[in-house]
Parts: sequence; C-alpha cells; structure tokens
Amino acid sequence: MEFYRSHVLVCAGTNCSLKGNRAVREALVQEVARRKLDREVKVVETGCFGLCEQGPTIVIYPEGVLYCQTTVADIPEIVETHLLKGRLVQRLLYKEPVATKPVQTAPELDYFKRQVRVVLRNCGLINPEVVEEYLAQGGYQALGKALTTMSPDEVIATIKNAKLRGRGGAGFPTGLKWEFARKAAGSRKYIVGNADEGEPGTFKDRLILEGDPHSVLEGMAIAGYAVGADYGYIYIRGEYTLSIKRLKLAIEQARKLGLLGRDIFGSGFDFDVEIRTGAGAYVCGEETALFESLEGGRGEPRVKPPYPTDAGLFGQPTSINNVETLANVAPIISRGADWFRSLGTERTPGTKVFTLTGDIVNEGLIEVPMGITLREVIYDIGGGTKDGKTFKMAQTGGTSGGCLPQELLDVPMDYDNLAAAGSALGSGALLIMDDTHCIVDVAKCFARFFEHESCGKCVPCREGTMRLYQLVDKITRGEADEGTIPLITALAEMMYKSPLCPLGQTAPLPIMSTLKYFRDEYDAHINEKRCPTGTCKAIAARVQVAD
Amino acid sequence: MAVATKKPSVLSKSALAKVDQIIARHKDQPGPLLPVLHALQAEFKYLPEEALVRVAIGLDIPLSKIYGVASFYTLFNLRPKAEHVIRACESAPCHVRGAKEVIEALENALGVKVGEDTRDGRFTLELSSCIGVCGVAPAIMIDDEVFGNLTPDMVPGILARFN
Ligand SMILES: Cc1cc2nc3c(=O)[nH]c(=O)nc-3n(C[C@H](O)[C@H](O)[C@H](O)COP(=O)(O)O)c2cc1C
Repeated sequence: MEFYRSHVLVCAGTNCSLKGNRAVREALVQEVARRKLDREVKVVETGCFGLCEQGPTIVIYPEGVLYCQTTVADIPEIVETHLLKGRLVQRLLYKEPVATKPVQTAPELDYFKRQVRVVLRNCGLINPEVVEEYLAQGGYQALGKALTTMSPDEVIATIKNAKLRGRGGAGFPTGLKWEFARKAAGSRKYIVGNADEGEPGTFKDRLILEGDPHSVLEGMAIAGYAVGADYGYIYIRGEYTLSIKRLKLAIEQARKLGLLGRDIFGSGFDFDVEIRTGAGAYVCGEETALFESLEGGRGEPRVKPPYPTDAGLFGQPTSINNVETLANVAPIISRGADWFRSLGTERTPGTKVFTLTGDIVNEGLIEVPMGITLREVIYDIGGGTKDGKTFKMAQTGGTSGGCLPQELLDVPMDYDNLAAAGSALGSGALLIMDDTHCIVDVAKCFARFFEHESCGKCVPCREGTMRLYQLVDKITRGEADEGTIPLITALAEMMYKSPLCPLGQTAPLPIMSTLKYFRDEYDAHINEKRCPTGTCKAIAARVQVAD
Repeated sequence: MAVATKKPSVLSKSALAKVDQIIARHKDQPGPLLPVLHALQAEFKYLPEEALVRVAIGLDIPLSKIYGVASFYTLFNLRPKAEHVIRACESAPCHVRGAKEVIEALENALGVKVGEDTRDGRFTLELSSCIGVCGVAPAIMIDDEVFGNLTPDMVPGILARFN
C-alpha cells in the first residue's frame, strides 16, 4: 500500500458533473503530475458531499479544507498555493450566507455542523468504485457479524429493537416486515431494493447509490439472511445511468470477493443481487406496481391484501425496502439497536436524508436526526431563502406531500408530527418557495403531475386526477366561480377514500393544503379575477379583454 | 395478428438477427419482457413493430400485451423519434426555479411545441415528470446527458452542441 501526504477528493456526483467536475478532476491530475506531486498527493473521485449548489466541490485531507465552485482555471492556484506552499486559497472557501469570514473546513460549516451521517457515512469520503475503500471503513463487517454470530431471528430482533422505519415514505417498521416475510410460507423468498425514486424533488437514493453502492448491497444481503431469501433485485429508474453503472460494478466486486454468491463467509448462506431498470413511470415506485413491472407487465398496482410479505414478487413472500432503509441496516447491526435509538426521536429513531430544493441557498443533500424542526433545516442548514426573498411555504415529502406556511415552521420532522400537521415526511423531499410564487399556479403544477402519472387502472384516480387538474386550471384562467372550491373539496373527499393505491389517495393532499393555508390567494383569483403575484398570465389577459 | 400482414420488412436481415439474439439472451430469466424492450430500444432507439412481433413469438406473450406494456412506459418509443430527444422537466422543483421560461426558450429555438419533432428530424421535445436532479433545477435531459441550473439564455448554446 502506498502512502500519500494529501488526498484531494473531487465530487463525482451527477450534480457536480453537470458543473464540469470531470474537467476539474482531469486538470488536477495533470497539474499534480506536472508539479511532480503525484507520489505525494492522490486525487480521488468520490460521491456527493451534499452541497450541490456549490459544486464542483473539492475537499483536501487531512486538513479537511473545502473549496467550492471550482473551475479548471482555479487548479494551478490550488496546487501551487495549497498543495505546494501549504496555504489556503481564500477566495475559493465557502462563505456562509450571513457569516463574515470564510469557512475553512467542511465540519465547521453550519451546513455540516447540524448533520449526523449514518446513511451518508461514506458519501464524499470514499471512492465508490473501489470496494477496498468501503472495506477500509468497516464495510461488510456487519454482514460478517450477522452471518457468523447471529441467528436470523436475532437479526430481526435487533432491527425491531432499533425501531427502524421504512424511509420510502410509508414509515412501516422494517423489522416487522422482515419477520412477516420470514414467517410466510413460500418455496422461494425475495428481497427487493426500491430505487425507483420518482417523487419530484427527491434524489437521495441516487446520491446514496452513486456515493456508496456497497452500503445498499450489504443491507440487502443482511435482509436476505434475516428473511430467508437467497435472491434480491434492485429496481432502479432508467434515468439513473451513473447509479446503474456504479451498482453493476459494486455487484461484480462483491461477487469476486465472495461477499455475494454462494456460501458467504463460509456460513452456508447464498445471496445474489440483480439490477432491473424501470422505464419512466412514477407509479412503479409503489411496491405492487413495481412487482408487476419487474415481472414484465404494465406497472399497475395490485389490490392488497395479499401483502408483499405473503405474496409479492412472482407470487412469493417478498420484503421490499427503500434504498435509504437498506443503507441503515449495516450500522445498526454493527453498533447495536441502543446506539440507533439514541439518535432521532422516541417513535422514529435514527436520521433522515433530505433533499433541499427550490428557493433555498444550499440546494442539495443533508442527513439530520429525526425530529429536527423544519425551521432548523431551512435556516440553520439550508441557509434560508435565496436572494433574501421572503419565505412563503415549504412542501415536505415531495409532490404528494403538503405545503406548510411560516406558522408551522417549528414542526418536528418525523412521520407522526408531519402527518398531524397535514403533510408527510414521505421520501424526504423539501421544496422551499418564496413569496414571488403564485400558490394556485403551483397547485396546478402538482395537479398536472398526478394527472400525467395516474396509471389509469382505477376510475377514481384516473378521472379524479384529471378533474382536479381541470378545476385548478380554471382558477388560474379566471374562469372559476363560487362553485369551484366546493367541487374541489368534494372531489378530494372522494379521492382520499376510493382509489386503489396511495397515488390517487394522496393526489388531492398538496392541493388541499394550499387551500387551507392560502385561501385568500384562491379567492383573489376567483372573486376578483386577479393573480396577486402576477404569475397567471391567462387571468390578466382575460381581464384586459373584459375591459 | 400482425404476423399475417404483408408489409415489406423495414428491418434488415442483420437487424432481425440482432432481435433474435436479444430475445435469446433474456428468454430464460424470470420476467424477461422489460429487459428485452430496453435492449431493443438501445439497439434501434425505438421499438419497431416487426421486432415486437418476433418478441411475441419468441417469449410466447400476446402481441397485444406487449403493446400494452410498451405504451405504458414513457421511456419506450413506439415510433422513431428525432435524432436527439429532449426531455424537459416541469415538475414542482423545476417549475419553481423557472422551468416554464426554459421550455418556452426551447420551443422558440426549435420552432416546435412540446410533443413535436423539428422538421429536419434533429430534435424531439418532450416533457418529463422528473429526471431526479432537482438539486440543480431547472433541468433537462438530451438523450443520456443532463443539463441543470438552466436559464433561457443558455438554451441556444446547449442546442448548438448537438449540431
Ligand atoms: C405512487 C407511489 C410511489 C412510490 N415510490 C416509491 C419510490 O420511488 N421509492 C420507494 O422506496 N418507495 C416508494 N413508494 C413506497 C413503496 O410502496 C413502499 O412503501 C416502500 O418501497 C417500502 O420500503 P420501506 O419500508 O423501506 O420504506 C411509493 C409509493 C407510492 C404509492
């Protein structure tokens, strides 16, 4: 093994690659070689650090200095000043939105200070394409511990004890799911990793898979052992080309090392994983629609029961878990249920990965203890709204979640508290909007999404999502009257109860939440034929014609 | 069924051999249809009817079912598209960051509306529900390549890269 005095980590996540990280990395490698530093300094590609807005980001260890928004032109200076002379390149340091002096190292940033990294433990620290780097961080030790020192029932008991709940949206207790699948009768059982991630505003699973694919494979293998499954599928959305590539590589590496395949750790346990790609349908993230799709059909949800743990993929008992849920498994097995329960809240221990989007300073990926308030996330970590504009609302849980106004910013972020506030934790998407946006225009955007993504299998959803869209559209055009909102409300009541799957059942929720908190804006559109923010052009045009 | 039609073959002999190879490669795996359709689409950039007929026979799945599956998913094309497919995201996170203006700029630069092909057959413009890069919204995908943090004035430069 060779030793280097400095490691320069360049983010190789998709978001940074959009900003030219590859050119930056190549320039670094060349400049380091040109300065004959290549035996002392190693340039490493890693997964996402999370500060996507500041990309391409570079971190230099052992000091942990973070440089932001780097370009090829900055490279000679970084190499000369930092790596040769040991001084900081001040102008490339991160600047806190409100702080006066630049921040040197990543851990000092407000952005990182509040974070607790369990799921993202290796993202941005290791090269995701080199399995040895995962192993060096203790990777696959939890699998070894489970297979050689624990019975499947003990593994399940540990996960139950940790109170790990599914991170895909529904928050179902993972240990209980595994227990159901273990106890179910079936000739063969399956583990499915759900990496379909179609919820707008969510890209955490992509960054986990890009940054640390082995953590998900290890979680799946442990799940397989617990449930009694010898085969797993990862269903991943077709657009995630880089995740697919890294996962493929990780599977090959794990097979070569005997960490997947036959008789893992000499325990007699066999487990292998196969990747299947989706083809662009949001509903396929729903577990039973996903099974239909994987079996080769249209991705339409099934009637439940039977539940997946009794009759899932190919009609066999199946435990399906979200990527983030799976990435939590190995740390729990290694460090124990008590440790996990010391994080987060009583009812929902652990951390949650959130993706911050919209009008927020630090767009990107964060991991925080469950129960942190929305205000802390937006202001302490997210840096507040962009360009000093006024906060209007935050939508939690993606497009199927509710919108919360200023007054509710102190809600603790976990499944139960957000549901009580009329929203959802969902997949962890957080969309921040400032007051330049028209609430009705945004509601129309939500409605269009569901209208487009309804699979068409059941009538209440197929028709309901279409009518919802038409009604909201009417309001934005100034064509609504006093009957429109009662109609939307009645339609929503019907849709909460009757569709086959949660896609239709939650479709009205975001719209109803905007009605609840921003009714006056709806009224302005309907009664005064006026869009207060001036966003709805059709209404303005109509008023002009009328004049 | 379409097997009986006398339409002249649009696929060459070697293309048909490719189809058969793809079918053979996936035939014995459980749930082979989506992997086969993905492979065909990668090969031809759309799903030619003639190929689907062979898939129906090769996998012993009714052609009607294959059509139902192929038409369900937005990433599968049943007709040839233009050389480059632009998928513009208009879901909430992109919408909030100005996707509408970017899409208008695309329509103006290309002289088409969403859902249409340019007359020279170089670009198809489509909407997408979400391409999963919301941290750099608004974003579009052209073929396999993602472009993010867009403003309307960046559109001509991006399109020029595909000329
Ligand atoms: C319309 C719809 C879309 C969904 N999309 C996803 C998804 O993309 N990823 C995911 O993990 N779960 C998704 N779910 C939730 C899954 O049905 C299921 O609850 C989850 O995969 C279980 O894993 P967990 O217990 O680890 O959360 C979706 C549900 C619905 C109704």
